[in-house]
Amino acid sequence: MSTTLPAARQSEGFDGRTDSAPGARVEFRGLRRAFGSTVALDGLDLTIEPGELVALLGPSGCGKTTALRVVAGFEQPDSGEVLVDGEDITRVPANRRDAGMVFQSYSLFPNLSARDNVAFGLRVRGVGAARRRERAAELLDLVGLPDHGDRYPHQMSGGQQQRVALARALALRPRVLLLDEPLSALDAKVRASLRDEIRRLQLSLGITTVFVTHDQEEALSMADRVAVLNAGRLEQCAAPAELYERPATPFVAEFVGTMNRLPGRITDSGLVEVAGARLPVDGPVPTATREVEVLVRPENVTATADPEGTATVVAASFFGAVTRLHLDLPGGTSVKADLPSRDAGELAPGARAAVGLTERPVLVVARSA
Amino acid sequence: MAAMTPTPAPATPDATPDTASGTTAPAAAAPAGPSVKARAPRRRPRPRVWRAAVFLLAGAYFLVPLVASFVFTVHVPGQGVSFEAYTQLLAADGFTESMLLSLGLAAATIALSLLLAVPALVAVRLGSPRLRPVVEVMCMLPLVVPPIALVTGITTVLRWGPEHLSRTPLYQTFLAVQDERFPVVLVLAYTVLALPFVYRSLDAGMRAVDVPTLVEAARSCGASWPYVVLRVLLPNLRASLAGAAFLTLALVLGEFTIASLLGFRPFAVWIVTISGAHARMSVAVSVLSLLITWLLLLVLSRAGTNPATVSSAPSTSPTSRKES
Ligand SMILES: Nc1ncnc2c1ncn2[C@@H]1O[C@H](COP(=O)(O)OP(=O)(O)OP(=O)(O)O)[C@@H](O)[C@H]1O
Ligand SMILES: [Mg+2]
Repeated sequence: MSTTLPAARQSEGFDGRTDSAPGARVEFRGLRRAFGSTVALDGLDLTIEPGELVALLGPSGCGKTTALRVVAGFEQPDSGEVLVDGEDITRVPANRRDAGMVFQSYSLFPNLSARDNVAFGLRVRGVGAARRRERAAELLDLVGLPDHGDRYPHQMSGGQQQRVALARALALRPRVLLLDEPLSALDAKVRASLRDEIRRLQLSLGITTVFVTHDQEEALSMADRVAVLNAGRLEQCAAPAELYERPATPFVAEFVGTMNRLPGRITDSGLVEVAGARLPVDGPVPTATREVEVLVRPENVTATADPEGTATVVAASFFGAVTRLHLDLPGGTSVKADLPSRDAGELAPGARAAVGLTERPVLVVARSA
Repeated sequence: MAAMTPTPAPATPDATPDTASGTTAPAAAAPAGPSVKARAPRRRPRPRVWRAAVFLLAGAYFLVPLVASFVFTVHVPGQGVSFEAYTQLLAADGFTESMLLSLGLAAATIALSLLLAVPALVAVRLGSPRLRPVVEVMCMLPLVVPPIALVTGITTVLRWGPEHLSRTPLYQTFLAVQDERFPVVLVLAYTVLALPFVYRSLDAGMRAVDVPTLVEAARSCGASWPYVVLRVLLPNLRASLAGAAFLTLALVLGEFTIASLLGFRPFAVWIVTISGAHARMSVAVSVLSLLITWLLLLVLSRAGTNPATVSSAPSTSPTSRKES
């Protein structure tokens, strides 16, 4: 209570002059939260710049939702703090936090129409009926449902409900928008289109957004930066391309995208010998041993049909532009290779192939027993 | 007692439209009958016959005693039809008082049990779901305690109280609680009796909506706790609140044991008192009380259904509320 947001911005937030919602800087500082013996957050540090969309990505149970709920005020950290524009809001009750939230489950008030759902926050703040109606119409328009004001939640599809929930979260022009897997209950098509729409909206409003997801495609395609969490800690927070190209840790390397692990050997010259090639090493080189595992993306593996080749095609999955081949190498290693589909014609299961690697630096990790 | 208490059917008001549509189903299916006749000529009529038979039987079981009672009250042998029993009844000594007392007790019991149960159940659901079985067992306990045992306990306390507390202000409380005009002690006892039904009904209602998510959604929209409970939870629990009220009302209007043994005269006790004296009037009073109870229940169940049309009303009202 002591650090409530200034009264002026509370009353002005939604009724301000223009549509440019002010984005705020959000900082997590050493957040720790344990549930009994389960540590959900284990010293999480992360700074989100104003107007940025950061995706929290990680395996199930890594603490993404917990981190978001700490920002929303539904969860108290055991230690650490959350700062919004430099202001410690850790002890501010949830209803005074100026953060809009969209939930994973459908969370519209079943007894209210779409319009009244959107206007709920305005009503709480005592905005007059006419102004509420106007703003609700504006927001429903924004999320592409101008004609659905009179519908009740049970009369709308899941995607429509999540759009209304988004409109409701934006109605008060919050400084932070929190999205907890808002698309996970929707089917693939709706998910993709709504994803683009959320991003478009977020960019045009310039609102700082934290987007929780365990779908890496979603995270990589939408976010300015992706924060990969593992066991309550931040592994890496970087732009999607950097995360993909230069993963900071083996965990990130394997969690984001697909990775091949190939046995390799560090040579005296510092190169790594793998699959018949000698490649430069990116990142740290294990010192304890020369026997390493080399991490290679499928698109950096080449395969050509070759009756003399040492590899055998085990399976081929067609993904449109690319085809992913699963190949067995001598010595029992298997490797995945992504080829342009037009080059993969001869590589049907059972075919012999020659496998190579493109000339790029690779990540290496000590070989696990 | 057990015979008087309604069965703890959860979400009673919701059941009404369902059963209604269920009974119209045969009629709707009828036109389809002839067209499919060629394929399965034998199968169709059977279920319909059975359904009708069961329906008639149930209806007869329900209606025959009622009609017989009614006929008995209005038909005086040798004189023809007369509504004297009813006119006498309305003028009879104590009818209005006992009826009003019962309604007052019902209202107070409904209010008290909801005031106790709603916050408790919401708190348990949000705060410590692990306590739910404990609360459930505690709320269901009155079902297994016979009302006689309850009365014995209450009597003991009421007798013990004045003896030991005569010099303290509590003494006055003991007297006030037993005021004949409005025996609060009955409200307390009935609240305990109603708890299982109220619990069941509310629990069913809370299962139907995602309470934690709704609460959090409202909180993130800036709603204070009282606002959340009054404007978000209660409207979405309408049906089950009405159901709880419905069951409590039925319970209080029909409760005899406790009231009688404690020496108060609500409606049920009054009926028994008067029926000894005038046979025709006592039956008339039963018919009338049934009608009154039904009417009240009908009103209550109407209040519980149709949330869409009712709840959209407040948003269009010009007054807007300021919340902290
Ligand atoms: N209220 C709670 N009580 C007990 N344990 C909890 C609670 N909330 C979260 N946890 C635990 O904390 C850990 C992190 O949970 P969290 O919900 O943040 O994971 P998540 O990253 O969102 O996972 P998912 O992708 O499955 O949603 C999990 O192990 C979970 O079991
Ligand atoms: Mg989660």
